[in-house]
Amino acid sequence: MSLLHLLVLSPFLFAILVPFLYRYVRKVHTGWFVLILPLALFIYFLQFIKLTSSGEEVVRTFEWIPSLDINFTLHVDGLGLLFALLITGIGSLVTLYSIYYLSKDKEALHNFYVYLLLFMGAMLGVVLSDNLIVLYTFWEITSLSSFLLIGYWYKREKSRYGAQKSMLITVFGGLALLGGIILLYMMTGTFSIREIIANLDLLKGEALLLPALILVLLGAFTKSAQFPFHIWLPDAMEAPTPVSAYLHSATMVKAGIYLVARLSPVFSDHAAWFILISIFGISTLFWGSFSAVKQTDLKGILAFSTVSQLGMIMSLLGVGSASLHYDYLENNIFIVAVTAAIFHLINHATFKGSLFMVAGIVDHETGTRDIRKLGGLMGIMPVTFTIALIGSFSMAGIPPFNGFLSKEMFLTGMVNVLKMDIYHLETWGILLPVIAWVASVFTFVYSMILFFRTFTGKLQLEKLEKKPHEAPVGMLISPVILASLAVIFGFFPNILSSTLIIPAMKSILPTIAQSGREFDVEIKHWHGFTPELFMTIGIIVIGTILFLTVRKWSFIYERFPQKLALNHFYDQGLVGTERGSAWIMKSFMSGHIRDYLVYIFVFLSIISLSSLFVTNAFHLDVTNVAPIGVYEIILSLLAVGGAIITVLARTRMVAIIAAGVVGYTISLFFVIFRAPDLALTQLVVETISVALFLLCFFHLPEITKKQKRLRFRLLNLLVSIGVGFVVTMFGIASHSEKLFPSISKYFVEESYEKAGGKNIVNVILVDFRGFDTLFEITVLGIAAFGIFAIVKLRLTKRSEREHEGK
Amino acid sequence: MLDIFMLISLIILSLASIGLLYRVVKGPGVTDRVMALDAIGINLMAITAIMCIMMNTDAFLDIILVIGILAFVGTVAFSKFLERGEVIERDRNR
Repeated sequence: MSLLHLLVLSPFLFAILVPFLYRYVRKVHTGWFVLILPLALFIYFLQFIKLTSSGEEVVRTFEWIPSLDINFTLHVDGLGLLFALLITGIGSLVTLYSIYYLSKDKEALHNFYVYLLLFMGAMLGVVLSDNLIVLYTFWEITSLSSFLLIGYWYKREKSRYGAQKSMLITVFGGLALLGGIILLYMMTGTFSIREIIANLDLLKGEALLLPALILVLLGAFTKSAQFPFHIWLPDAMEAPTPVSAYLHSATMVKAGIYLVARLSPVFSDHAAWFILISIFGISTLFWGSFSAVKQTDLKGILAFSTVSQLGMIMSLLGVGSASLHYDYLENNIFIVAVTAAIFHLINHATFKGSLFMVAGIVDHETGTRDIRKLGGLMGIMPVTFTIALIGSFSMAGIPPFNGFLSKEMFLTGMVNVLKMDIYHLETWGILLPVIAWVASVFTFVYSMILFFRTFTGKLQLEKLEKKPHEAPVGMLISPVILASLAVIFGFFPNILSSTLIIPAMKSILPTIAQSGREFDVEIKHWHGFTPELFMTIGIIVIGTILFLTVRKWSFIYERFPQKLALNHFYDQGLVGTERGSAWIMKSFMSGHIRDYLVYIFVFLSIISLSSLFVTNAFHLDVTNVAPIGVYEIILSLLAVGGAIITVLARTRMVAIIAAGVVGYTISLFFVIFRAPDLALTQLVVETISVALFLLCFFHLPEITKKQKRLRFRLLNLLVSIGVGFVVTMFGIASHSEKLFPSISKYFVEESYEKAGGKNIVNVILVDFRGFDTLFEITVLGIAAFGIFAIVKLRLTKRSEREHEGK
Repeated sequence: MLDIFMLISLIILSLASIGLLYRVVKGPGVTDRVMALDAIGINLMAITAIMCIMMNTDAFLDIILVIGILAFVGTVAFSKFLERGEVIERDRNR
């Protein structure tokens, strides 16, 4: 186990310590201890930049289950490092923020930081694992810890609802991912991502490639809140704001993005990869930005905006995967899409993290997050105002912030789709840039709503629960750092290009990297008079008009039918499945034993008969049949008569007697078939059981004693005829087909020689096969004790009896 | 010769049993039925004995004894039930 392994697992180890720290060091906020860990990890991971930017990778293996090819292999390359830095960096800032956000006295801090550390460790594991099974393990831990964090205030109904919803959706996707992983293993024989990418030829033309692709994408789409699985994310906003900032903007929701980026060398040859990711990404982008405008809750806007921006990154990855098909192009225009995806990934983490923290500050200092109650906070909270300005303008894509750059590149990527000549893109490819542009307009509108409604306009003091004032310095540190990063990346984007973006691109596009091409990543503010510049101008102009007239056209949201809302589908689906399964269970679990017996017997007859005839096993052979004597005929008639009387008897008494007749006839059969021991036993046992039946009959309540004969039911008749038929057929078939000679000759010859007894039956019972007898004795013993216990032990009525006795 | 003789005896015994069976079914009282059942048991003993002779074996002699005991115990139990209302009385002194 190397140092790297220890560091990836260190959040888990540290999580063990947290409850002790919380309990025994009450004076210090537990967050201060936790803060050390992500900071140290961040600094540690920074050292890798030098390695990865020179194109090297670090691989460390620790054997876990080597016999199943499951090893805890860590693989640090450009992409993994980028995510690791995001996780630890924003993790440190969020921890710092949470120290001031969560009260030391009122909150269960040990729970919070244990869950947070679990999540951090799991997320590091996801992005650094090379083994797919290990990746899946950490993937599920992220779902689990996210569930715990969303339900942190578990006494609130909505928190529990949101936690359950996110759990159901992400675990559904997680299981699909597991299916995809197993399919990949079946095709390639390895769980290692690097080995799969090294042996891509194995996947060529495999029929399982498409199912694997779809399953993996299901996992990625549910985790990254892509349309239509985005519905859990707005409900996850019930979590504490640091959690929303960390999980639901910067890290966990990007696990799906990571997965798509990581596996895109594996799948991107397949047309479905490009089509699915682009379509789902672009529709998520549009739907998220469209829905964000109607939200009135700050975190609601941010949640839908996250959904939309994730869709944007996803669609960029989709378009970027096309670059593999155009290897011959000297100037591959689709590589820019991948660049934009990675760049926007970083940018989104910076401005969205800071915006969430701003929302938390506003909530913390005014007592509400409702934009209808907020307004005019500009003068009261100047620092928060500045951060929000940077964040929302960056989100809207306004220069000079970093969002502008990535939006320009996004538009470039989408416009380039028009130049694609595969997958029939000449015809409908125009949709991609158009939808992207419309979605960007909506993005602009909600960013403006978010900013102006909160900080400008009239201050409505009477609607606020607290008197607003500026947040404490500690709370402002993290958003200030993030916002200044947004500005720095906006002005000097190229400090990222060689350190983070190019190594990450090499991981996403390894074939292009291996062909010796150098990625030329030069992020510029000024491209010249390109179509995307005019598109941006259009976005700003149209967006401003729409923002100013938002009250006039927002009625379209009310027109939208509630029944088509996805949440409605989810809720109704959940209720429907519960009701449906209850209905199914009720429909056959009637509680009547006769129904269950019918199921059992029908199943028995159908399965046995069909297997008899499907395998053509029935076969009649009369060579070994003995002649039938007159006694057998008479006794058979007697037995059949007894059985018929038992069934048709009008009173129970007659039925009991007739059953006794059948039993005694059987003992006579034993006599004429020369089985004296059996006859003896049968006689005695039949007598005792008839006596027992009579005892039961005697104690029946008066009303039921006089019951008439059995009611006729056609189904029962058919079932009983079927079972009798099956048993008869099996008897005939098995008699006709004796595959091996009987072993009874051995007993006849050896019972006196070896066991010293002349009664062969008894010698077999106690000598040759005495074990069976032993356990039959045990059965009788248990039955006797059972009867005794049933008769004597009356636990429920003891109190009554004692009561009566006194 | 012996076989034919045995067969004739068997037939006579069966007819006797059928006659007794008629009494069991018809009644009219419970005592008639009990008596008839007892006699059927004794007929069964005879049938088993004749079967033994016909099969030329002594393996079924135990069964004759068991039928005798069962018929006796059964009849006594039934009689006691008719007399007292229960078969095994509870020891009231305990």
